[in-house]
Amino acid sequence: MTTRRQFLRDSGAFTATLASGATLIAFAEAQAEDGNKSRKVRWGMLIDVANCPEGCSTCVSACSNENGWGDTGNPLTDAQWIRKVAVTDPQSKLRRSLPVMCQHCAEPPCVDVCPTGASFKRADGIVLVDKHICIGCRYCMMACPYKARSFIHEPLQNQKPHAPRGKGTVESCTLCVHRVDGGRLPACVEACAAAGHNAMLFGDLNDPETEISKRVAQHPVRKIRADLGIDPGVSYENL
Amino acid sequence: MAKRFFILLVLAVAVSLWPPSGPQATDLLLAKITVPKPAKGKGERCVDDTDFMRRNHMSLLDHQRDKTVHRGDRTKRYSLKGCIDCHAVNGKDGVPVIADNPKHFCRTCHDYAAVRIDCFQCHASRPAPGGTAKASAGKSNTAALQSYLRGLEQ
Repeated sequence: MTTRRQFLRDSGAFTATLASGATLIAFAEAQAEDGNKSRKVRWGMLIDVANCPEGCSTCVSACSNENGWGDTGNPLTDAQWIRKVAVTDPQSKLRRSLPVMCQHCAEPPCVDVCPTGASFKRADGIVLVDKHICIGCRYCMMACPYKARSFIHEPLQNQKPHAPRGKGTVESCTLCVHRVDGGRLPACVEACAAAGHNAMLFGDLNDPETEISKRVAQHPVRKIRADLGIDPGVSYENL
Repeated sequence: MAKRFFILLVLAVAVSLWPPSGPQATDLLLAKITVPKPAKGKGERCVDDTDFMRRNHMSLLDHQRDKTVHRGDRTKRYSLKGCIDCHAVNGKDGVPVIADNPKHFCRTCHDYAAVRIDCFQCHASRPAPGGTAKASAGKSNTAALQSYLRGLEQ
């Protein structure tokens, strides 16, 4: 039979264990945050449109291969995380071709309208859909000025282990978050460099020492629909 | 005192008579139930005690998924991808089976318990053909990415 003294002693020991466990968890969290949060990283991209040839879609196919989306024979509903857009100046007839994907806005309208909190912005500026919470209402698709999001209409099989996607949820460019977390570049940036165009530059916009920050500071860059005041993370040079 | 002694005596008799007819009854019962025998995973042991994992894997995965999606924590312990990599079951063709197949590691118990899981509507239910080591590089590589980006300047 447990005496009162024994019970008190045991429960005291239990509290002590719990306290040290809590300390461990707090320590682990501080370490985890060191990677992304405490440095206040903001990942962004700079696209030099002058180096982006018309007709080249290396970035699009690289994204498709990396994340497993693509043509399923339903062009009206197929997912499209990144697309090449051709623009022509109505007066000078100057033509430009540029990739447009999720612009990872600082004030993302998709996050504002999401009724469940599935659409969210990570501490490092990457805008994502938490598909565990997404109910597929598609408000975010209507709110996005860049037509960056897609809805999955059909059941899928053989998804990539690093890029889960499924019917009934909305998805978009993740800035290859699985690669960035592992210290690698997004697939489109890597493919563009491998093809010799070097039109895409990826980096931390909050660190003034990175090349992307220097280029953004020294060259005139444009953001699509800058008038909306949502501060996109993707900038375009020579547009 | 005598009352307490009597209670103890009754308890002792009850306990001594408890297993009604020894192990035979249990054996009979077990013979009627086909208890699932999930395939063994790779490696020496699981990331935690098997009993603990059987009871708590769902909470661990739930917790890990939020940490991964929202905070970018891609540690392998308790990650669904880690489970899938270790517990892949090969089919007749030598290729790991997907969750459609009743031999799939998760299905062996979940079919028995009649619990339908929807993880694999989105997640891959077998390891990537070329392995997933490349994509699971650790946090230390963030420094490598930084140095790569700085290298672009020169």
